[in-house]
Amino acid sequence: MKHSLLAGPWVLGGYAADRVSEGDLAAARAQMGFSLAWHIIVACLGVGLPALTLLAEWYGIRTGRPEIRLLARRWARAMGVLFAVGAVSGTILSFEMGLLWPGLMGRFGQVIGLPFALEGIAFFLEAIFLGIYLYAWDRLSPRRHLLTGLPIVIAGTASAFFVVCANAWMNQPRGFTLRDGKVVDVDPWAAMLNPASPPQTVHMILAAFMVASFLTAAVYAVAMLRGRRDAYHRAGLFIPLTLGAIVTPFQIVVGDWAARFLADYQPTKLAAIEGVYRTGSHVPLTLGGVSDGNGLKYGLEIPDGLSLLVGYRPDTVVKGLDRVPPAQRPPVTGVHWAFDLMVAVGFFLLALGLWLLWAWWRRRRTGGELNTARLFLVSAAVAGPAAVVALECGWSVTELGRQPWIVWGVMSVRDAVNPAPGLMTGLWLVLVVYAAMTVATVYVLRRLARGTPVPRAPQEEDVTGYPVV
Amino acid sequence: MLADAALAVMWVGLTCYALFGGADFGAGVWDLLAGGAERGRARRSLIEHSIGPVWEANHVWLIFVIVMLWSAFSPVFAAVMSTLYIPLTLAALGIIARGAAFAFRKASTELWQQRLFGACFALSSLLTPFFLGTVAGAVASGRVPPGLAAGDVVTSWLNPTSLLGGVLAVVTCAHLAAVYLCADASRADRTELAAAFTRDAVASGLVAGVVALAGIAVLHADAPELFHGLTHRALPLVITSAVAGLAGLGLLLRRRFVTARAAAALAVAAILWAWGAAQYPALLVGSTTVTEAAANSSVLSAVLVALGVGALVLVPSLWLLYATFQRETPDQQSSQ
Repeated sequence: MKHSLLAGPWVLGGYAADRVSEGDLAAARAQMGFSLAWHIIVACLGVGLPALTLLAEWYGIRTGRPEIRLLARRWARAMGVLFAVGAVSGTILSFEMGLLWPGLMGRFGQVIGLPFALEGIAFFLEAIFLGIYLYAWDRLSPRRHLLTGLPIVIAGTASAFFVVCANAWMNQPRGFTLRDGKVVDVDPWAAMLNPASPPQTVHMILAAFMVASFLTAAVYAVAMLRGRRDAYHRAGLFIPLTLGAIVTPFQIVVGDWAARFLADYQPTKLAAIEGVYRTGSHVPLTLGGVSDGNGLKYGLEIPDGLSLLVGYRPDTVVKGLDRVPPAQRPPVTGVHWAFDLMVAVGFFLLALGLWLLWAWWRRRRTGGELNTARLFLVSAAVAGPAAVVALECGWSVTELGRQPWIVWGVMSVRDAVNPAPGLMTGLWLVLVVYAAMTVATVYVLRRLARGTPVPRAPQEEDVTGYPVV
Repeated sequence: MLADAALAVMWVGLTCYALFGGADFGAGVWDLLAGGAERGRARRSLIEHSIGPVWEANHVWLIFVIVMLWSAFSPVFAAVMSTLYIPLTLAALGIIARGAAFAFRKASTELWQQRLFGACFALSSLLTPFFLGTVAGAVASGRVPPGLAAGDVVTSWLNPTSLLGGVLAVVTCAHLAAVYLCADASRADRTELAAAFTRDAVASGLVAGVVALAGIAVLHADAPELFHGLTHRALPLVITSAVAGLAGLGLLLRRRFVTARAAAALAVAAILWAWGAAQYPALLVGSTTVTEAAANSSVLSAVLVALGVGALVLVPSLWLLYATFQRETPDQQSSQ
C-alpha cells in the first residue's frame, strides 16, 4: 500500500489548500511543534517520575531510611504539579488537533480515534489513582498506599503507548481504504497496531524513563556540586541515576531497531536522517555536515558505514532522496543534525552509566562511598538537560522527517491545516501563555525542592523531622 | 443504531463534564467572589479542599467528549473546531491558566503568589465555561456549516444564542458549585460556611432561572429551529429541568443539602439532554445528521467496546477515589 500511495503525489490535494496562506501554515506548524515539544517533556516526567517515586517509597519502607522516604515525598509533590501541568498541556493538544489540523481530523479522525479513546481511559485511571496516591498518604497504610501508586505507573506507560501508536499511524498509515477521496473500510485495530507502532512506542517509553531519571538525578548532582553531600542528596542522585543507567543500553538497541525499521518502511526519512541523496550501495555514514540540496558537505564520512549499519554488508543498497520529487523531501540538514545529536547524547549517557557501574564495582571491592568525583557529578548534572535535548531531537527526527506529509504519502500538512484566517495571532497568544506557564512551573518546582514536605502523615513523623540542608 | 449509541455515550460524557467539571469551574467563580485574602480564606480553603483531589478526574470528561466527537463524527469535529477556533482557543488558554494556576497555588506558600495564582485560577474559571457556552450556542443555533472553517469565524459565536449559552454556562456552573459546597461545608460541620454557600446557591439559582426565562425570548428570535425543538419534542425535559431547579432551591432552604445536590444535577442534566433532543437527528443544524457524519461501524463498535471495558476498570476506581475522600481521616475519627 505504501508504494502505491507514494506514486500519486498529494493524493488528497485541494481539500482546503488553496485557501491557506504560507504564514498561517507556518504559524500552525510552529504552534503544534511548540506545544508538543513542551508537552513531551512534562509527559515523559509524568510517565517516569511515578516509577521513581514508587521505587523510592518502596526502598524507603524496606530499609527504613528516613532520607529516602523524604525523597519519595518530595518527588510525589513534584509529580502532582507536573501531572496537573501535563494534563492541561495534553488537553490543549487534543484541541489543537482540531483547531489547527481539521483537514486531518475531519477525514482521518475516525481512523485514529481508537488509540485516543484508549489513551483517555488510561489517563483517567492515572488521574484517579494520582488523586488517591497524593492525597491519601495519611489515610492508608504504607503498604496499601504503595499499591495505589502502581496503577499510576501502568496507566502512564499505557497512555504513552496509545498516543505514540497514533503518531506511528501518521508514519505508517494502515487500516483504511480511500475511495474517491472518502475513507472507507476502516479497521481501527490495524490502524493502531501499524508496523511503526512497536519500534516507536518502545523507543518513546524508554525515553520517558531516561528523561525522568537523568533529569531528577541532575537536580541532586547540582546540589552535591554545591556542597550538599549528605545521605539525602546522595540517594537523590544515585536512585534515579541507576534506573537511567539500566535503561540506556536497552534504548540504544531499540534506537538501532527503529532506524533499521525506517530503511524498510520509510526510506525517505532514513535518507533525510543520513543525508543520502542518491540510491546505491557502499553508502558512507556521514557525521555532521550541511546539505546543499545534493549531498552533505563538510561532514565526517565513514566509508560504507551506512550500508553496513542497514544490512551488515558494504554492498547493501540504501534508498536515497532521489526516489521522491524534491517537493516531497524533508528538510535534510535539520533532520540529520537532530539525529546525530540524539545519538551522541545516547552514547554520552551510556558512558555515564558505565562509569557508575565501574564506581559501584570498585566500591564493592574496596568499600567506602560511591564515586562522587567532581567530574562525575558534573557529567550527571549535564546528563539531565542532555537527555531532554536527545528527547526533543528524536521527536524532531520523526516529525520533520515525515514532512511535507502529515499522513505519510497520503495527506500533506497544507491540506490538513485550518484555512481560517488569523492562526498567527493564536500562535502568539499560545507562546505568551506557555512562557508564563514555563516560568511558573520551574519556579514552583524549585520551591518544592526546598520547602518542607506537607501534608504530613502520622506514619511519616520520622521523615518530617529529617534535617535537610 | 451504533451511531446513536455513540452519540448517547458522548452526551453522557458531556453531561458528566457539565456536572463535575462545571461544578469545578463554578467553585473557581466563588473563589473569585470570596472577597479579600483574609475575609475569603475560609471559603477558599473549603473550595480547595473539596476540589483538590478530584479536579483532574473531573476534567478528563472534556477530553472524553472531544475524542468521542472526533472518532465517531469526524467531519462534525472538523467543522466545529475550524469555524469556532477563536472561542475554542480562548477556552483552551483558560484551561491552561486554570489548571496550572490551581496546582501552583497549592504548591506556593507566600501570600502574593497565592493571590496571583488564585486570581489566574478564578478568572479563567469564569472565562472558560463562558467560551464553551458560546460554542454550544453556535452549534445549537445552526451557525456551524459543514466543511473546514466554512462558517463566519466571528459571528458564529458572537450572537444572541451564543451569549445566552455563555452566560447560562457560567451561572449554572456557579449554582452547581455552590450547591455541592453546601453539602461539603455541612459535612465538615462548618455551619456558617454552609449558610453562606446556601445564600450563594439560592442567589445563583434564581439568576439561572431568570437567564433561562430570558433565553426563551432570545431563542425564539435567534434560533427558531432549536426553539421549536425545545417547545415540542424536548418539552418534557425542559419542564423536568425547571421543576428540578425549583425543587433544588426549596431543598436548599430546608437544608437538605444532599438531596438538593441531586436536584440541581438533574436540572442541569435535563437541560443538556433537552438541547440534544431538540436538535436530534441533526448534529450540525440544517446540514448534517447523525447518520451522515457517523464513522464506519467498525470504528464505532471498537470505540464503544473499548469504553465498555474501560468503564469496568474506571467505575470501581472512581468509587475508590470518592469513597477515600468522602470518609473522614483517621485523625478526625480518633479526635471524635
